[in-house]
Amino acid sequence: MDLNTKYTPHSWPDHPESATLEGKNKFLGFWLFLGGETVLFASLFATYLALKNRGPSGMEFTTQELFELPLVFIMTMLLLTSSLTSVYAMYHLKNFNFKAMQAWLVVTVLLGAAFLGFEIYEFYHYVHLGFTYNQSAFSSAFFTLVGTHGLHVLIGLGWITLLMLRNSKRGFNLYNAPKFYVASLYWHFIDVVWVFIFTVVYLMGVIG
Amino acid sequence: MSSIAQKKGFGATLWDYLTTVDHKKIAILYLITGGFFFIVGGIEAMLIRIQLLKPDNDFVAAGLYNEIITMHGTTMIFLAAMPLLFGFMNAAVPLQIGARDVAFPFLNSLGFWMFFFGGIFLNLSWFLGGAPDAGWTSYASLAISSPGHGIDFYALGLQISGGGTLIAGINFLVTIINMRAPGMTYMRMPLFTWSTFVVSALILFAFPPLTVGLFLMIFDRMFGANFFDHTMGGNTIIWEHLFWIFGHPEVYILILPAFGIFSEIFSTFSRKRLFGYSAMVFATVLIGFLGFMVWAHHMFTTGLGATANAIFAVATMAIAVPTGVKIFNWLLTMWGGSITFTTPMLYAVGFIPSFVAGGVTGIMQASAPLDYQLHDSYFIVAHFHYVIVGGVVLGLLAGLHYYWPLMFNTMLNEKLGKITFWLFFLGFHLTFFIQHFLGLLGMPRRVFTYGADQGWDLFNAISSYGAIFMAAGVIVLIVNIVMTIAKNVPVGRDPWGDGRTLEWAIPQPVPFYNFKQIPLVRGLDTYWIEKQEGNTEGMTFAEPIGDIHMPNNSIIPFIMSLGLFVGAFGALYNGEQPWAIPVLGLGLIITFAAMATRSLKDDLGYHIHKEDLLNEKGGKH
Repeated sequence: MDLNTKYTPHSWPDHPESATLEGKNKFLGFWLFLGGETVLFASLFATYLALKNRGPSGMEFTTQELFELPLVFIMTMLLLTSSLTSVYAMYHLKNFNFKAMQAWLVVTVLLGAAFLGFEIYEFYHYVHLGFTYNQSAFSSAFFTLVGTHGLHVLIGLGWITLLMLRNSKRGFNLYNAPKFYVASLYWHFIDVVWVFIFTVVYLMGVIG
Repeated sequence: MSSIAQKKGFGATLWDYLTTVDHKKIAILYLITGGFFFIVGGIEAMLIRIQLLKPDNDFVAAGLYNEIITMHGTTMIFLAAMPLLFGFMNAAVPLQIGARDVAFPFLNSLGFWMFFFGGIFLNLSWFLGGAPDAGWTSYASLAISSPGHGIDFYALGLQISGGGTLIAGINFLVTIINMRAPGMTYMRMPLFTWSTFVVSALILFAFPPLTVGLFLMIFDRMFGANFFDHTMGGNTIIWEHLFWIFGHPEVYILILPAFGIFSEIFSTFSRKRLFGYSAMVFATVLIGFLGFMVWAHHMFTTGLGATANAIFAVATMAIAVPTGVKIFNWLLTMWGGSITFTTPMLYAVGFIPSFVAGGVTGIMQASAPLDYQLHDSYFIVAHFHYVIVGGVVLGLLAGLHYYWPLMFNTMLNEKLGKITFWLFFLGFHLTFFIQHFLGLLGMPRRVFTYGADQGWDLFNAISSYGAIFMAAGVIVLIVNIVMTIAKNVPVGRDPWGDGRTLEWAIPQPVPFYNFKQIPLVRGLDTYWIEKQEGNTEGMTFAEPIGDIHMPNNSIIPFIMSLGLFVGAFGALYNGEQPWAIPVLGLGLIITFAAMATRSLKDDLGYHIHKEDLLNEKGGKH
């Protein structure tokens, strides 16, 4: 692969993420990886549901008392919007507009960081109430499920930031296009998992 | 190429193997490491049989016995059988589909090194306060209260090596989907490639539940979580489910590649097309699918209720159908064939009755009410050794003899190979057949000794003497390997004379870029077709000679895995040693820094130029 090939919006392929064999492999391999990640989160969800509200006798914490939907709603909106802005970024990847893509990725990262900030606040709040990681089976399962998602967000933020910094001076080529694309796939996946967390953990916890 | 390689010093060779991304060299690394752990697991097996040789034996203490059986099972499954299979997959699959390498050569190397460091970490437990002792299934009810660090070594070591396996699985899936040569349609793929494909899909979906289960175990034991502590609301059944959702597909992950190897061998040494090729493919896929539907048959006595037990019993029995399809297809491949009884063929023929016996006892256990009687008895031990040794290990030994010339361009001695087979095969049946009856007589598994008044003396003695034959077989095999390496007589292309698939069409020793020109596949058993038509090249080419793109070697996979290895010590000693958390952090920093280096530094590979290929120089290396 030649990094020095100069592209124009006309010569830029329609699917830059899979225009090379390396890109095709990355694209497929990453989808498969997300398949494995889905099973990973499914296992964590199953564990959480089995241990929901379970604790030592006389435990005072339940999902009804603990969770506050307004905060989680704001977090959900932040993350959903970040997924939308990452779509815009990918639109500009296909459109061969590097600056616009970088700009939308910056917005994506900022929204993701805000989400993570709220999550850290939420965890801090629970720990402050005495609902620590070691408090009960419920707390262990809750922090492990939601925390694993939070860790994914953190890794995604680091990944996208690193990609932007590394390529800021050189623009698009067929070597980095699949990397951007795959990172956005990862970001969507994080978003989808959150939709399930929002539903299964928070909504069903408060209402169900 | 080989003359250049021989001139290299030891340091340069070592560096070459530490950094290699070549699937052929990674195959050799898997073979050496897997072989080493096979010997370790075998020694543990011998210790078990010595302890059970006579009643009230005190050769090893009860606690040490628990550690030995746990490490025997864990080592054999995770550190011997799987890596050896990965070795053969790496050696054969890219060549079988006409590819120059796997889809992700870098990840291939990473997968190996993670397995390597995970395995070393697990086995260091012997020297650092005691090995895990809760059985290879490490049920949480035993594991969370096990003293010392044994279980911690188990959970962390398997976590690291499991990550490597997952990476390898994704790699093979993408390789087989994207990297096939022109004309290599799905229904022309050799059966070993097909089974690798299905197995990789199983790995992809089966390993994440193990990852989660191991994390829960790690968090419970090292970071104060309460998943399995029922006084804190926890539930140990969660581990059983997660483990077996992984664990049952795992046994198919082991057996399907062995099926693939046997399919190749039957067809090659019967000089016939594999009988019922499409039925074989369908059966492989179906076994893979059903493998996920039956995990709870390991938990019939856990108390899931009659409905759940009935459903899982029926699903389990259903697996006999595609497996039976395979057995009959192998038999009919031999039927009317012009059979040569080479060493691999002996293993293949020996495999059929052995595996059928293991399969039949499996169907017996699928019947839930009967399983209540058989559960945790030596009948179970006999059953799974019949499928694992009679299926997987015979497949590994067959594959070792069959693929040895492909990997090393020399041939293992046939006479010694046959001696190995007979010693191992007879020893295997002598050891394990009698254990069915020990089980029916009520001998429980995983118990370190028995009384002289229980009537199990003779059968246990027979079983132990049988194990000596197996050990003798392995010793002859080692002698054979050493002699073959010392003699180093090259055998050249198509050493068996009857190769049918692309890996045998390639010149020996295999050039590091595999195919100078990508072949055009003209049908199932493409090399056989070319030979029948008198093509001395062995293949039709799909492209003219041109530049070949090659990946660069890299030390980063080694460093990434080393970081996890270092970090695991930090996690292990968390709460005990002041340096624990800093070491955990240090390890993770090493790993993440290596990942960042990988992202930041472009790795575009290099080209072998057309002129060099035409000059037969083979390009730079």
